[in-house]
Amino acid sequence: MTVVRKKRGVPEGLWLRCPSCQSTLFRKVVDQRLGVCPECEHHFNVSAKERIRQVLDEGTFEEWDANVIPADPLKFADRKSYADRLVAEQKRTGLSDAAITGGGMIRARRVALGVTDSAFIMGSMGSVVGERLARLIERATRQQLPLIIISGSGGGARMHEGILSLMQMAKVSAALARYDRAGGLYVSVLTNPTMGGVAASFAALGDVVFAEPRALIGFAGPRTIQATIRIELPEGFQTSEFLLEHGYVDRIVPRDKLKSEIARTIDYCGK
Amino acid sequence: MEAPTPGLAFEQPIYEIEVRLHELVRQTDAGPETQHEIRRLRRELAEVTRQVYEQLDPWQIVQVARHKDRPYTADYLSLVFEEFVELHGDRHFGDDRAVLAGFAKLDELQVMVIGHQKGRTYKERTACYFGCAHPEGYRKAMAKMRLAAKFHLPVITFIDTPGAYPGIGAEERGQAWVIAESMYEMSRLRTPILCVVIGEGGSGGALGIGVGDRIAMLQNAYYSVISPEGCAGILWKGHQHAEKAAHALRFTSRHLQQFGIVDQVIPEPLGGAHRDHHQMAARVKMYLNKTLRELLQTPLDQLLEARYEKFRQMGVFLESESPA
Ligand SMILES: [Zn+2]
Repeated sequence: MTVVRKKRGVPEGLWLRCPSCQSTLFRKVVDQRLGVCPECEHHFNVSAKERIRQVLDEGTFEEWDANVIPADPLKFADRKSYADRLVAEQKRTGLSDAAITGGGMIRARRVALGVTDSAFIMGSMGSVVGERLARLIERATRQQLPLIIISGSGGGARMHEGILSLMQMAKVSAALARYDRAGGLYVSVLTNPTMGGVAASFAALGDVVFAEPRALIGFAGPRTIQATIRIELPEGFQTSEFLLEHGYVDRIVPRDKLKSEIARTIDYCGK
Repeated sequence: MEAPTPGLAFEQPIYEIEVRLHELVRQTDAGPETQHEIRRLRRELAEVTRQVYEQLDPWQIVQVARHKDRPYTADYLSLVFEEFVELHGDRHFGDDRAVLAGFAKLDELQVMVIGHQKGRTYKERTACYFGCAHPEGYRKAMAKMRLAAKFHLPVITFIDTPGAYPGIGAEERGQAWVIAESMYEMSRLRTPILCVVIGEGGSGGALGIGVGDRIAMLQNAYYSVISPEGCAGILWKGHQHAEKAAHALRFTSRHLQQFGIVDQVIPEPLGGAHRDHHQMAARVKMYLNKTLRELLQTPLDQLLEARYEKFRQMGVFLESESPA
């Protein structure tokens, strides 16, 4: 039996349709452009592994803490048990949880890199994401490495691990506060979508904050807000551009410029 | 004796006895038989209340935690502390009534108190968005915590919020950013911090003032990553399944103590904190006094190290011997 693993964001097949401008696109062209629509610059979601390939120098990535794997502390079950959901997500995405962390080089500068994958249970942060990130940050502190975390999470804190997920926000933020005190440079990159407990912890705490164009970024989801205030949300609400305008994002960085922008920031900060 | 009012649905057996008791007590010509019956009903009332409250399920606990008569931060401020000097300014945008902050005296000990406030009357409730803070509330909290650290005042926080406010202005003014920054600052704030979950510990909005050296929780409070309604809406595709979500989320004080999140559960008076504000406040005061004195005796660097480790240890995962 062949297991066909569906790629997220950029659908399988020779051709694909851009959800933003509705153009029919030749898949190869989109891939060559790092998952960006040549017609309208729509940024398709890319997997964490693909993101690492795009950002790091070829062959330099060394994964850390892959042996930290999820448990089911609450024995949580909704219409499906969390234990089964984990197995299904692991099969579907080829990931053990929603974050990959490790070391590597960006244009020959050594960095500590964390990437969340919005495909694994909505990119939500449970104990494993929190622990891998905390270890990444602590290692970056010890080794005095620049730290890059690329966030993508529609889910925020992972409900299936209850309060333990919520506390990962505090744990990772505390680790970042120590890293800050030690003088480390943290570049936070926000991608579509970055919401809830991920937005309200490590994603927000960068010394420098980049966002990909037109990403959805915010604390409360648009539907929650709409249900609360019962008025139409303004056009462009909670986008990267909206956050830049309100002072929460430093630069909007298109995907093909991300690597060079990170390298330049590292150089400016003398790291 | 005031006429009893119906309480929560599961409190019906308590209410029925209260009604009978009230009728008897009102009788002006009560003979010895009535007096005897009154005494018997009082014992029964205590016994039934104990039985009902002994076995609250998680969904019932949520109802108690949200009870309209439950003591709020403002009640503790007047019942626990000798004095409260409110400090309003967030230095950015405005005064968020969902967060109270100020100097206070715990007996002779000077402290900074910060807490969510839900409001008792309809007017108060709308003014503070039912205890849902905007970014200015967290900025106010941070500003007053920095002030406290500068002048060596320990910080006490009272957590009681359904969650941080979801709205347009809140997003425009950086709700995600202020919650993150608040945790970041609290994790390294150079003064003791003591957090007490007094009612609803609603997600990031609660944790935004919830990073400290000790975390206590009232017996019938709950503290959760998401509201049961929110969780049900996403995972069960309907808010009407909130009761199921409440069971699944394991957010009661008993669970949180088991998970090592909460250091101490403060027992509530018979029938819940809403039945006896004074007794509840006395218990909270006793806990604060005892614990703050402990914290104040610990060298600050040691305290900060322990605070970091406390949160660093949170989480449950597996670790295989060799990298997977
Ligand atoms: Zn397009």
